[in-house]
Amino acid sequence: MKKLLISILLILFPLKSFALIEVDITRGNLNPLPIAVSPLSIDENSRKNFEKILKKKNIGSEISIVVENNLKTSGLFNPLNKDAFLQAPDIANLKPRFEDWNLIKAQALITGKVSYIEEKLRVEFRLWDVLAGKEMLALAFTTVPNNWRRVGHIITDKVYQRLTGEKGYFDTRIIYVAEEGPKTKRIKKLAIMDQDGANNKFLTLGNELVLTPRFNPTSQMVTYLSYFRNLPRVYLLDIETGMQEVVGDFPGMTFAPRFSPNGKKIIMSFAKDGNSDIYTMDLENRIVEKITNHPSIDTSPSYSPDGKFICFNSDRSGYQQIYIMKSDGSNVKRISFGKGLYGTPVWSPRGDLIAFTKLHKGKFYIGVMRTDGSGERLLTENFYQEAPSWSPNGRVLIFYRETKTDKQGKGFSAKLWSIDLTGYNERMVDTPTDASDPSWSSLLSN
Amino acid sequence: MNRSILLSSVLHVLLIIITAMSLPFLSKKPIDLPPIVSIELIQITDKTNIPFAPKAKKIIEEVKEKEKKLVSEQAPPKKVKKIKPDSVPMPEDEVEKVEKIKEDKQNPEKIDSEVKQVSEFEKDELFDPNNIAALIDKSKEETAETTNKTDKVTQDQQRTVESSGLSLSEEDALKAQIFGCWSIPLGLPYNENLLVRIKLQLKPDGTVAKSEILDHARMNKPGQGFYKVLAESALRAVKLCQPLRVPTTGYERWKELQLNFDAREMLEG
Repeated sequence: MKKLLISILLILFPLKSFALIEVDITRGNLNPLPIAVSPLSIDENSRKNFEKILKKKNIGSEISIVVENNLKTSGLFNPLNKDAFLQAPDIANLKPRFEDWNLIKAQALITGKVSYIEEKLRVEFRLWDVLAGKEMLALAFTTVPNNWRRVGHIITDKVYQRLTGEKGYFDTRIIYVAEEGPKTKRIKKLAIMDQDGANNKFLTLGNELVLTPRFNPTSQMVTYLSYFRNLPRVYLLDIETGMQEVVGDFPGMTFAPRFSPNGKKIIMSFAKDGNSDIYTMDLENRIVEKITNHPSIDTSPSYSPDGKFICFNSDRSGYQQIYIMKSDGSNVKRISFGKGLYGTPVWSPRGDLIAFTKLHKGKFYIGVMRTDGSGERLLTENFYQEAPSWSPNGRVLIFYRETKTDKQGKGFSAKLWSIDLTGYNERMVDTPTDASDPSWSSLLSN
Repeated sequence: MNRSILLSSVLHVLLIIITAMSLPFLSKKPIDLPPIVSIELIQITDKTNIPFAPKAKKIIEEVKEKEKKLVSEQAPPKKVKKIKPDSVPMPEDEVEKVEKIKEDKQNPEKIDSEVKQVSEFEKDELFDPNNIAALIDKSKEETAETTNKTDKVTQDQQRTVESSGLSLSEEDALKAQIFGCWSIPLGLPYNENLLVRIKLQLKPDGTVAKSEILDHARMNKPGQGFYKVLAESALRAVKLCQPLRVPTTGYERWKELQLNFDAREMLEG
């Protein structure tokens, strides 16, 4: 009864009140986030030990430089100049004075400490939200000293994930075809390097022509095509052990073997009885299965990350266009309808986009479109460029670009380039020789 | 019989004549309405926006000089002790004062200095296509600043606004400010329902006394990493933007404010 009375009174005598004002914020800036990467602090004893082992004066600074460069090349962060830092690294790692970091407009701060413990490298780092004045992330790694660059990459991955919401792509490697010599007599070797171009290594001697290396999405295994006695042969190569295995010899027109998402199959195209179709091969029992059966040329197959669909290119409409189909070859559907020729479709690891090379009016473009063919965006245009490969988080593409030769046939070069999905952050990836056909590995550490 | 036929035909003829006489009003053209004059509704401010006419100034000065000349030709002005009525401002004096104010505000030299500022800005930073979004945001901020300065809410407007919330210009000013502060995490998926609602308690100067994420529980749920990242970026934006560009009056109506951060439009872009 009392409750009823109170509620009636409340209804009869409404207090003067204002409705809560709501403001919708639907836009923001896409400027790189200002971040301060403080050099990792190191005690004198550890510094001397690491100097002996690694021949680096201050390994703490070296690791922070790796992190800083990674963040900068991502295009999403703006590492601030170290000269502007007011707080010493060792004190900043214990308790940052947020007012000082706020003063130089840093929104995030990375601090850390390196120590030498039982002949191992121990790195701890913290990520701070300067504006909120709180710690966002704190982790420590212990590894052999030679892995110091990888520690830098792992720190970057963790910071990237914490601040952007998606996994990083820094602790990864890129396999590519290293090219040397004149254009008519090119020596092609398999080479591998870290995603930032460091630790470059050649995996083959260059006696045989190698083509289209592709990483297994689940392990550090690579498949590639090599010509043995003028016949294409598909190889498997374990990067960790260096073990190499022949998958099989195939007919003359074999192209671009690529792993399925679970790494158990290889999908490729080859010509049989004069007609090029798409085939899969089970790596366990070596059974080959024909997926497409059409008189046109079907090539460049690539699985969707869930393994349910395949995108490929075909000239069945008269011109080379991109198609998708179910993984058993049914429900073939054309998705590219723009002007020009489309090739080398690659399904994004995120599953939302397909990257491709487009040839239109004598120019080559690298672009992306949604999996239904809508939202086509051309990211970069050049004289000759092709073979895009996705970073494991589906944000960056790596491809190769060739330059024009002059009248004497000189000036030719092929280099690796990367571009992110915005189309603005385009960079050349430094390689010691000319390079083509890159393939991005999955994250080495998860 | 004949008579009835005659009567009928006469009546028919009459009917036709009446119809012919009365129907033409239907074929009349519609009244020519005057063309619609569109009127732009402008908020009344304390000072006029009409540009100062230098010609008018010249004419006034010429007239004054003539008057002076006339006075000097007739006889030198007598030195008279100041009498009380002289201390009362004359209408002419007022005009001069207004002119002076106008000169301060709309002096062409000052416009020059503004142009110089722009050139200095351009000198410092070369055009960078990456920063187009930032430039747009900056320009929005600048316009928002000016509107905030000039748009003084009159008492009448205040009465109408009090019940409804922020006026459009007030809301735009606030939005433009936060747009500039909010660094959108670009890794977010655009097809997920990610909307962060933050309730703010504000001080009269626009600083934030308390901020609260309305779906706070969602932040620590497993699989809601993207939501957490977005919520943190929104909180950073609010902190970076302090003090918020809030109206100078009507604290009661905006002392509590809810900001809905939604990045889908930008991420789909």
